[in-house]
Amino acid sequence: MSGIAARDVAVVGAGPAGLAAAVAAVEAGARVVVVDSAAQPGGQYWRHRPENVVAADGRGHHDWGVYLDLRARFDAARATGAIEYVPGRQVWMAQNDDGGFTLRTTPTVAPSVAPSASVAPPASVAPSDPAGAHPADVTAQRESVSTIRARRLVLCPGAYDRQLPVPGWDLPGVMAAGGIQAFIKANGALPGRRFVVAGTGPFLLPVAANIAEAGGMVAAVLESSSPVAWFPHLGAAAGVPEKALEGLGYAAVFARHRIPYRTRTVVTEVLGEDRTRAVRTARVDPGGRVVRGSERLLEDVDVVGFGWGFTPQLELPVSLGAETRVDADRSLVAVVDTRQESSIPGLFLAGEVTGVGGAALAVLEGRVAGASAAARASALSPAHASPQDRDQGEAPPSDALPPALSPADAARVARYRRFAQAMHRAHPVPDAWHEWLTPETTVCRCEEVTAGQIAEARDALGAADARSLKSFTRAGMGWCQGRVCGFAASCLGAGGGAHPSEASLAASAKRPLAAPVSIGELAALEPSTTTKGTPA
Amino acid sequence: MSKPPSASGTPAVAFSFNGAPFEAAPGQTVGAALVAGGVPAWRTTRKGGRPRGLFCGIGVCFDCLVTVDGVANQRACLVEAREGLCVEGSGTAIEGGSA
Repeated sequence: MSGIAARDVAVVGAGPAGLAAAVAAVEAGARVVVVDSAAQPGGQYWRHRPENVVAADGRGHHDWGVYLDLRARFDAARATGAIEYVPGRQVWMAQNDDGGFTLRTTPTVAPSVAPSASVAPPASVAPSDPAGAHPADVTAQRESVSTIRARRLVLCPGAYDRQLPVPGWDLPGVMAAGGIQAFIKANGALPGRRFVVAGTGPFLLPVAANIAEAGGMVAAVLESSSPVAWFPHLGAAAGVPEKALEGLGYAAVFARHRIPYRTRTVVTEVLGEDRTRAVRTARVDPGGRVVRGSERLLEDVDVVGFGWGFTPQLELPVSLGAETRVDADRSLVAVVDTRQESSIPGLFLAGEVTGVGGAALAVLEGRVAGASAAARASALSPAHASPQDRDQGEAPPSDALPPALSPADAARVARYRRFAQAMHRAHPVPDAWHEWLTPETTVCRCEEVTAGQIAEARDALGAADARSLKSFTRAGMGWCQGRVCGFAASCLGAGGGAHPSEASLAASAKRPLAAPVSIGELAALEPSTTTKGTPA
Repeated sequence: MSKPPSASGTPAVAFSFNGAPFEAAPGQTVGAALVAGGVPAWRTTRKGGRPRGLFCGIGVCFDCLVTVDGVANQRACLVEAREGLCVEGSGTAIEGGSA
């Protein structure tokens, strides 16, 4: 079968965690393939304009130096052929085969529509097959790699904005907060004129700052939580001084652009006939209940950005059977050990899928995951094994692997995780958010399922989890497969402000096909792999 | 329809949207070019006939689907606008925006 890349380590994702993992794995001696849905490296965090159009200057970015360093090492490894880079493709199925993993990929954008690669090819290319096959076809393979096989797999799929429905949130002009930021970073333009950014969490600040710095008007940033919620957690935050500096930077931008920042305030409705024209705001108590009489109309708004924390992309870890848990932010995340190895041997995870914690933590986790995966791969591969490994004759237990981080970096990981936990507790999804809805409010945007229909399925049919809600109402059954409404539907199924169960969140993250594929791609699956694999 | 910003002075990319000429700054996505050009919605939903455009902006939500050069169901937030592309929405597009 043509279009197969076979490597020691496969990395999915080329954001902060994926780039760090790929570089660490290759520098530990592994031969690596990196598959990423985007056309160029960076992920969401370091998203930038197409490199063949505008040279990236890092404006509006944090930790750009870290990116440039990782990117230089990534490009150097591509040039020697140690990294095979497969951009513009999404993994739609991951399988745990005998002694390795198989990834089926599909183009993010139809090939006839996509531009030629914006990332320059490396100067030279070495054979992609570790067994030493033919270098001649590698360039052709790069064009059409559809199947990836590797001994070890590192998943770094990242996260996207978590959403809570509100009346009118399906109007054009309502966007994910991160979608506004992506628009600005990738296009050098603004999606509107006068913005409201609302939800909870520190991420609202850089989004508003990006809008203002790009020339947009920010009518208000509305934070449902309160700074008072910080005080019990300051101890954890104090260990991360750079976060305090970042906060001061935003404060300066907010002051310069006179951006109003309102705490304990939410958008209860987006208004407009065929597009966003205004929002209704209200003060809320600590539980999220609207304070009577506090409603205000904020007019002349054409874009509203919502962000209620993040939802990690769990479908690939879940489909491979990795153990999960519910994190402090109530997101479903995957369990890993100190080597970033999941409950599935050989499957490593880094970045937001192991708990939302930001890019700096993702880079450190990626380094650990990449180095661990390479060590594991070499322990099984005589060609790459160190003398000690060969003497032992089998893979050492993971705690016997050499440390991937210096004690100082390990301490940083611990600090960042403490900080993330503190942030999650200070910026909870308000328990009473469901009270902002009317029965007519759309919850599932794809299948147009309303809050009233979900309440009926819950109360009359006993549909309390995402899976039964899906069968009774079609919520989560559309194009996005519940990525957008999954958390909200799980909350509404639990009812009365209850927190969603792990089972409900896991059911929502179970997606037999992780990306839309053509019938042809399905039909091309070899019979042996369809029987051996365990697609969710 | 307003001109997209072209700070670099590079010539705009010309494509067609629902048969009419449209422009994008080089490297912009089709979705960004439409929104920046005053079109906030280019698709209507199957049941409610509600207008939709960009929502997640990163390829997750599939709200922004368009047909490009005859290929259906492409995400406008991910397709880079290129010279001569033929972009079609479905249902009624909303134009003349305040964007």
